[in-house]
Amino acid sequence: MLDLFQHEFVRNAFLAGGMVAIVSGLVGYFVVLRGQAFACEALSHIGFTGATAAALLGISSLVGMMFFTLLAAFGMGMLGKRLRNRDVEVGMILTFMLGLGVLFLNIITQSATTAVNILFGSILSVTQTDVMVTIGAGLFTILLLGGLYRPLLFASFDPDIAEARGVPVQELSILFMLLLAISVSEAMKVVGVLLVFALLVVPAAAAEHLTHRPLSAIALSVSISLISTLGGLMLAFVGHWPASFYIVSLTSLFYFGSLGLRAILAPRRFKEPSHPSREVFPDAPKPG
Amino acid sequence: MQMLAVFQYPFIQNAFLAGSLVAITTGILGYFLVVRGLTFAGHALSNIGFAGAAGAVLLGVPPVIGLLAATVGAGLAISVLGREIRERDVAIGVIMTFALGLGILFLSLYHGYAEQAYSILFGTIVGINRSDVWVTAGLSAGLITIMALVGRPLLFSSFDPELAEARGLPVRLLGSLFLVLVAVTVSIAMQVIGVLLVFALLVGPPATAIRLVRRPASAIGLSIILGLVYTWLGILLAANSTWPVSFYITTLAFGIYLPVRYLSKYRMERNIPGDRASARSATAESIQAENISNMRSSPDSASSMKGERHA
Repeated sequence: MLDLFQHEFVRNAFLAGGMVAIVSGLVGYFVVLRGQAFACEALSHIGFTGATAAALLGISSLVGMMFFTLLAAFGMGMLGKRLRNRDVEVGMILTFMLGLGVLFLNIITQSATTAVNILFGSILSVTQTDVMVTIGAGLFTILLLGGLYRPLLFASFDPDIAEARGVPVQELSILFMLLLAISVSEAMKVVGVLLVFALLVVPAAAAEHLTHRPLSAIALSVSISLISTLGGLMLAFVGHWPASFYIVSLTSLFYFGSLGLRAILAPRRFKEPSHPSREVFPDAPKPG
Repeated sequence: MQMLAVFQYPFIQNAFLAGSLVAITTGILGYFLVVRGLTFAGHALSNIGFAGAAGAVLLGVPPVIGLLAATVGAGLAISVLGREIRERDVAIGVIMTFALGLGILFLSLYHGYAEQAYSILFGTIVGINRSDVWVTAGLSAGLITIMALVGRPLLFSSFDPELAEARGLPVRLLGSLFLVLVAVTVSIAMQVIGVLLVFALLVGPPATAIRLVRRPASAIGLSIILGLVYTWLGILLAANSTWPVSFYITTLAFGIYLPVRYLSKYRMERNIPGDRASARSATAESIQAENISNMRSSPDSASSMKGERHA
C-alpha cells in the first residue's frame, strides 16, 4: 500500500487533495452559515467556462478558472446580503455561463475528453507546479480567513447588527466571495466542476448538524473533508473506481450520518418552520 | 428565407416539434418553479437525471427508465429532506452531488465513457427521431393535463402557504407532487435537449415573464411564448451555423432576461404601487398580526416568528 507513495503523481494527488480539503472545510463553514450554497454551485459552473476558455486559449486551466470565478465572485459580492434571495438571478448566470462553456468546448476539437476532465476532475494528472500553486493559494486563503475570522463570523450571523456596529459588511462580503472563488477553482482541480459542492458545502453542513460552536464546527468540517478526500484518494488507488466517486460518497455518508446522529442526540432541538415553500420576493417591502 | 431551407430535413423537423413540446411544458412548470423559489432544485434535478441516464446506459435499459427512476426518487427525497428552509439548498446539493458521483461511477464502468457523458450532458437535439417526438408529445400532454388540474391550488399554496393550509389544502402533498412533475419534465426534456438546456428552459422564460407581467396566467402564457421563441430561434441559428444549439438558447434567454430585469425594476420602483408587492406586504401584515395573537397564547411561537423573519 505504502509503495504507492513512491510515485510522484500519487504524492502530488495527496498533497493537493489534502490542501484543498482543508481550505474547503474552512471556507465551506462560512458558505453554509451565509446560505450561499447555490452561489457556490454557480461559481463552480462559471469555473467550467473559465476552464474551457483556458483550453481554447491554450493556457493553464487554473488561470482561466480563477479569472472567471473571481470576476463573477466580485459581482456576487456586490450584491452582499441580498444574494440570499437572488436564486433566479444566480440561476440565469449559471445557465448562460454553461452555454458559453459549451460553445468554447465546441470550438476546441477534442471536446468530449476535455469536458469530462473539467467536469469530473483529474486529480491524478496534477503536476508539481499545480501542487505548489494549490498550497500557496491554500495558505493565503487560510491566513486571510484567520485574520478576518471574527468580523466575518459576526457579519455572517447577523449582518444588520454587524453593520450597525461598524463592521464593513459589504467589503467583507466581496472579500469572502473572492476567497470562495479561489477555493472553488482549487477544488475543481480535485473533484471537478460538478462535485465542488461535495467538498465545499457537504462537510460543513454535516458539521453544523453536530455542533453549534463555530470553532468546533470548523474543526469538524475540516476533519470531515480531509478524511473524505484522503480516504477517497486511497480507495481510488486501491480500487478501480474514480476518485471523485469515492470522495463524494464519503462526504455524503458523513452528511447522512450527521442527520441521523442529530436526530438521536437532539430530537427536539430543531424546530422546522411551518412551510417549506415560503419565499421572499426581491421587490417586496419588508413588513413592519 | 434562406435560413428556413433547413426545414426540409426530417431531423430538423423532429427537433423543432420535440423542442416546442418541451418548451411549452417547461414554460408552465418553470413558472411555478421560479415562484416557489426552487431554482436550485430544478438545477439539481436536471443534474440528477444525468446519473439516471448513465445508470441506464450501464444496465442496458432504455435511458428514460433510468431518468425517471433517478429524478422522481430525488424529487421525493428533496421534498422530504428539504423541509427546513435553511437546510433546503444544502439538502438539494447533497442529493445532487451524490447522484453525480454515482453518475461518474456508472460512466467509468462503461466503455466510450467521455462521449457518452458529453452527449447526455449537452444533448443531441439533431439525433431525435419521430418516435421520440411521439413519446414527448404523450408525456407533455399528460403533464399539462395534471398541471391544469392542480394549477389553481398549487398557485395558491405557492403564494400563500399559510392561508392555503388554513383553507384545508394539502400544501405539503402539493409541494411533493410538484417536484415529481418537475422530475418527469426533466426526464422527458433531457433526452431531447440535454441536462444543460433543461435548466435554461425551466428558468429563463419564466424569470423574464415574471418581470414583465403580473397576473399568473399571463406570466405563464408569456413564459410559454418566450420558451418557444428561444427554442425555435436557437434551432434555426444552430442549423445554419456550426455552434451548438444550447449556446444559442442560453444566450438568447440571458440576453433578453438581463435588460428586462433591470428595466422592469426601475418601473416598479418608480410608480407602480405593485400588485404583488402590496399583496405580499398585506399578507405579511396579516401573518404578523396572526403571529402576535398566537404569541399571547403560547410563548413557543415567538421563536417561530423569529425564524420566519430570518428566512
